[in-house]
Amino acid sequence: MNVKRLFFAPRDGGQTALSLAARVFNFILVGLLIALALYFSFQSLNYRWNWGAVYQYRQMFLDGWLTTIWISLVALGLSILIGLFFALGQRSRFLPLYCFSKFYVELIRGTPLLVQILIFFYIVASAIHLENRYVAGILILAIFSGAYITEIIRAGIESIGKSQLDSARAIGLTRLQTYRYVVLPQALRQTLPPLAGQFVSLIKDSSLLSIIAISEFTLNAQEVNSYTFSTLESYLPLAVGYLLLTLPISLWTRWLEKKMKYET
Amino acid sequence: MKLQLTDLSKSFDGHCVLDKVALTLDDVHTLVVIGPSGGGKSTLLRIMAGLEYPDAGTVAIDGESVKFDEVSLQRYRRTIGTVFQTFNLFPHLDALGNITLPLKKVHGYTSDEAADIARQILRRFHLEKHAHKRPAELSGGQRQRVAIARAVAIKPRLLLFDEPTSALDPEMTAEVLDLIGELRDEGRDLVLVTHAMGFARRIADQVALLAEGRIVEVGPVSQVFESPQTQQSRDFLARVLKY
Repeated sequence: MNVKRLFFAPRDGGQTALSLAARVFNFILVGLLIALALYFSFQSLNYRWNWGAVYQYRQMFLDGWLTTIWISLVALGLSILIGLFFALGQRSRFLPLYCFSKFYVELIRGTPLLVQILIFFYIVASAIHLENRYVAGILILAIFSGAYITEIIRAGIESIGKSQLDSARAIGLTRLQTYRYVVLPQALRQTLPPLAGQFVSLIKDSSLLSIIAISEFTLNAQEVNSYTFSTLESYLPLAVGYLLLTLPISLWTRWLEKKMKYET
Repeated sequence: MKLQLTDLSKSFDGHCVLDKVALTLDDVHTLVVIGPSGGGKSTLLRIMAGLEYPDAGTVAIDGESVKFDEVSLQRYRRTIGTVFQTFNLFPHLDALGNITLPLKKVHGYTSDEAADIARQILRRFHLEKHAHKRPAELSGGQRQRVAIARAVAIKPRLLLFDEPTSALDPEMTAEVLDLIGELRDEGRDLVLVTHAMGFARRIADQVALLAEGRIVEVGPVSQVFESPQTQQSRDFLARVLKY
């Protein structure tokens, strides 16, 4: 076997011409190198691993992980609805709605999620007598993500050429029908990859909800840490747990992007 | 068809595109509009298709004046079939879907009725093998013919073509022009903007030359091509018929 082939992709043909052997070899090689680097850096710390203590609290990890999953799913659903509403609102001829949509997007995208969580929970939620912190947490997460989804959907809608809108008008479709049968089917299909990316961000951003004592994954890991004083053993599983959620979605996003390329 | 345009004017951003265009044709079946680029031909066609509002003037077809407000125009557009130079079809629908969409959503046919009508037309245009192909899988000529099929399926009272073959190579141009010729032979009323002069001479009964926003010459096809009245038309025709 040509050793060069194992390390370098062929000049023509690009990534798809990589042999299976080369792919497997390189993933194992890089994985080993990273593991070695981690091992030696931990060795130098003289750290006493205490996995036993953390293992006792494994149920907390599991509960937190599951809570993160359902919070993220609900927030995702809501944020897509919010995003769709404001994306269409930005194209509305009704000026108050148009201005409000722009205002919402700039305000939410321009401030940190941490600040928004604090303001929403301690000020807004109290004002409207919303006491359930889970509902408040999901709401602010959805509002936050919604602003980014608004821009994603808006870009998708605007990528539909004007000539198609002309065609739709010429055959007698109303504006609403044009959105429903021409613009949105195409726009939503094109926005699926960035939307999946936004879902990954949402899952990670949900970790900030720990500051209002929502018992999701990060907060649970912090509590285990405070019970066991084993910081690395509490937080490493935390990272792995998030990866378990985000990695499949990332891979699905890449597969979607490849699929979209052939269709155009 | 009786066509009457009076004092039709339109400006874009201060630039005058149509300047009091006036035209009265009592019995026209195929009107071909020719003229230099930027003369206002597309704008005129778009106004007739109900896609632009004129700044002033009126359009009357068979005695009925077109009311230029959105509600009336939406009803008006349903009776007109329009084919543009490019990008007529929706890329996410196949050929059959493109034709059935207006039938189902604008004209109220059921899915089955719409599919029947669409398949009939595709068969007539020899496109039935391509019914389930997306526009990206069709050639330019096939795409234009599907666009024509869509325009014809709604049984319009008038067909408008805005340079339908300008983006096609000569062979595809021929296949599309053949089709337009057939439609004209069936007795449909057409208004065609084109640069294909040979074709224009063959199918038109009336020709109008539009330059700089004004009708410079109008009349029966033989008259306009053989004995143009103005120097401007003579110059234009000399340039265009050179090759």
